Amino acid sequence: MATAAETIALPTESAYESGIWSWITTVDHKRIGTLYAVTGFIFFLVGGFEAMLIRAQLAVPNGTVIDASLYNQLFGMHALTMIFLAVMPMGAGFFNYMIPLMIGARDVAFPRLNALSYWIFLFGALLLTSSVLFGGGPDAGWFAYAPLTSEQFSPGRNMDFYVLGILTLGVSSMAAALNFAVTIINMRAPGMMMMRLPVFVWMTLIISFLLILALPPLTVALTQLLFDRHYTTHFLDPNGGGDPLLWQHLFWTFGHPEVYVLILPAMGIVSETLPVFSKKPLFGYRAIVFSGIAIGFLGWAVWAHHMYTTGLGPVQQSIFAGTTMTIGIPTGIKIFNWMATMYGGSIRFTTSMYFAVSFLATFTIGGISGVMHASPPIDTQQQDTYWVVAHLHYVLMGGAVMGIFSGIYYWFPKMTGRFLDEGLGKLHFWLFFIGMNMTFFPMHFLGTAGMPRRIYTYDSGLGWDFWNMFATIGSLVITVALLVFIFNFFRSMRTEPNAPNNPWNAPGLEWATSSPPPEHDFDVIPEVRDRDPLWYDRDNGHAPAEPVPGTHIHLPPPSYYPILMALGTLLLAVGPLTHLAITALGIPVIIYSIWGWALEPTD
Amino acid sequence: MAAAAQIEHHASSTGTDNRKLLMWIFLGSECLFFGSLLATYLIFKGEPTTATNDHGLLMIPANLLDIPLTSQSTFVLLMSSLTMVLAVYGAQTNRLKMMKLWLLATIVLGLIFIGYQVFEFTTFGNEGLNPSTNQFGASFFLLTGFHGVHVGIGVLYLGSLLLASFRRTGLGPEAGVHVELAGLYWHFVDIVWIVLFTVIYLIPA
Repeated sequence: MATAAETIALPTESAYESGIWSWITTVDHKRIGTLYAVTGFIFFLVGGFEAMLIRAQLAVPNGTVIDASLYNQLFGMHALTMIFLAVMPMGAGFFNYMIPLMIGARDVAFPRLNALSYWIFLFGALLLTSSVLFGGGPDAGWFAYAPLTSEQFSPGRNMDFYVLGILTLGVSSMAAALNFAVTIINMRAPGMMMMRLPVFVWMTLIISFLLILALPPLTVALTQLLFDRHYTTHFLDPNGGGDPLLWQHLFWTFGHPEVYVLILPAMGIVSETLPVFSKKPLFGYRAIVFSGIAIGFLGWAVWAHHMYTTGLGPVQQSIFAGTTMTIGIPTGIKIFNWMATMYGGSIRFTTSMYFAVSFLATFTIGGISGVMHASPPIDTQQQDTYWVVAHLHYVLMGGAVMGIFSGIYYWFPKMTGRFLDEGLGKLHFWLFFIGMNMTFFPMHFLGTAGMPRRIYTYDSGLGWDFWNMFATIGSLVITVALLVFIFNFFRSMRTEPNAPNNPWNAPGLEWATSSPPPEHDFDVIPEVRDRDPLWYDRDNGHAPAEPVPGTHIHLPPPSYYPILMALGTLLLAVGPLTHLAITALGIPVIIYSIWGWALEPTD
Repeated sequence: MAAAAQIEHHASSTGTDNRKLLMWIFLGSECLFFGSLLATYLIFKGEPTTATNDHGLLMIPANLLDIPLTSQSTFVLLMSSLTMVLAVYGAQTNRLKMMKLWLLATIVLGLIFIGYQVFEFTTFGNEGLNPSTNQFGASFFLLTGFHGVHVGIGVLYLGSLLLASFRRTGLGPEAGVHVELAGLYWHFVDIVWIVLFTVIYLIPA
């Protein structure tokens, strides 16, 4: 455990106001980041609970834990919860908290817009989840293929909650992505050139542009579905001259970039943690950055690999197979650079490092199975089998979630001023690692043995009994791992804050300020002289600049307009579910908020 | 005074104002939005349809679109770009009367365009085309309807600026930036219309 030798600035009495109102009106990126991270983790547990119900049902043949209708809702809600309400917000938590610190800024470019993103996210998440109280959750999967979603086949409110919940969440993601793109491009400290940005910041920039460009096609698809269901059109309904494949094209035009939105934060996080715990600068910084950009571009040219079995034709299939396989190249470049970063380094095996190293291994397994079904004939065999479930959980659970845990253990001292216990952390890691592989590796076997996805039960004697029971036991191990983590979290939060500014001896700017940082982030905006600023300053004898006495640091005042505007947005979305009068009510609320927002003094 | 001099102003890394950068990137996103709607329109363009109105008229673009009428509304919208430029010029050179006048002119032209669109939609409805008639109806009303909503939001945006400019403090020291931002949005909506007018009205099926 690193006990810093340099002068330790213990966090002083926080200047923060406390109380619920101060959190509701906050525009501070660190508080909004905390809100995102905590909300995201709570929904991670909700999504995990949904997954546990699924595994309980499938543990034995002809299971009777839940019925077919509830099962249909659960696999849809599990995916939606994990993607939109857990992994994306946990990533957003890190973006919010860390990006301004990492680029040497006092806040994001638009602090109130940042608050607005969070509140719209929270209301959208509650709207989507509340569907289980009002007649049932979305029951056509997160991909919601037409015509399963038409009024004819889904007469209940389920898919309406899906459409309006995702539209609302989309507004939130759009606002956040615009904010982070501008922040990263425009708010960098002096000397922080683009090619000196930490890789995590680069990945966030790529994600922001992916979201900015990928959300509109989804919005259009959802609007068409909404109009088909309620306002007499037939965009997706073949009986009325519509085309169900139109939905698939628009949805996956969003859906595949979205996959990279989920994985790139984890790639950014391990690019921060691997060098720190190997005590070496990141190997091949430029190659990693440009590989990330290449993944961002190629992510737009692969959507139809989700549609090989729809009869695209051989030319289209060949093109999309080619582009999909090409994505393996930049991904491989990254993996090799991360390994080269560790090579010859003096490695510290902290919990964060455990998660980062296991990210490399488990994500690569998922990556390889991904390249396998880039091939149309192989994919045709694997389509809709458990093989695909195994693949996507290796990249999301073994990739994205492993990376996020690496980040949690790494940045926890910065965010809270406290350390998570390393012993419990390693217990958490091993249980999580073993449980994750026990749950998802056998799904490769189940998939090759022909077990289809999205079936609520199966007969015995098909050769699927053993591995299903095995996977369910694995999911119980994951549950125990998460309980260990939660215990570790609360145990740490009860201790006195004792983390020094830079406990890991890391090179990033976020470690130049106190743990946790003061409300204004930096007493003096740091000057950046190298890609690893703190290491460079230490080795070249640059002391941090002293604050000039009497300096006035301007911080934006708190505002209640963001939450008011988010409420107005919620009213817009609730209208089509209940009565359009509610939508009409939302419009003046939004206009009032915008006027108040624009006229509110910020100086 | 020394303390006041130390107040840090947010100098941006690229030299471009944060708000302008945000607007440009947002308009990039809007391109994908209208692109997806336009793709939907083009996919269904030329699909055979058997839908007719009460007089047996086939509900296809050739029988419905009134190119001379929509050319007039297109001209009105294009002229609003000119008035918008003049309003931005007024704001940036601190000629506030000029700014207010041309903002008002832009709003009026925008409202006239919306009026044309309401008239067109009503006429189509009377002739028997509505969103449920066929794929042309559905994709036409969704695409041009969303464009109309964008013009409407633009009118509200410019109207808010005009209202605020009558306050004692006017639009404040950054009036030029505020009006320019609205101008970026307004020109974008105009450009989208040029594309829509060409694709829907001028290119035959």
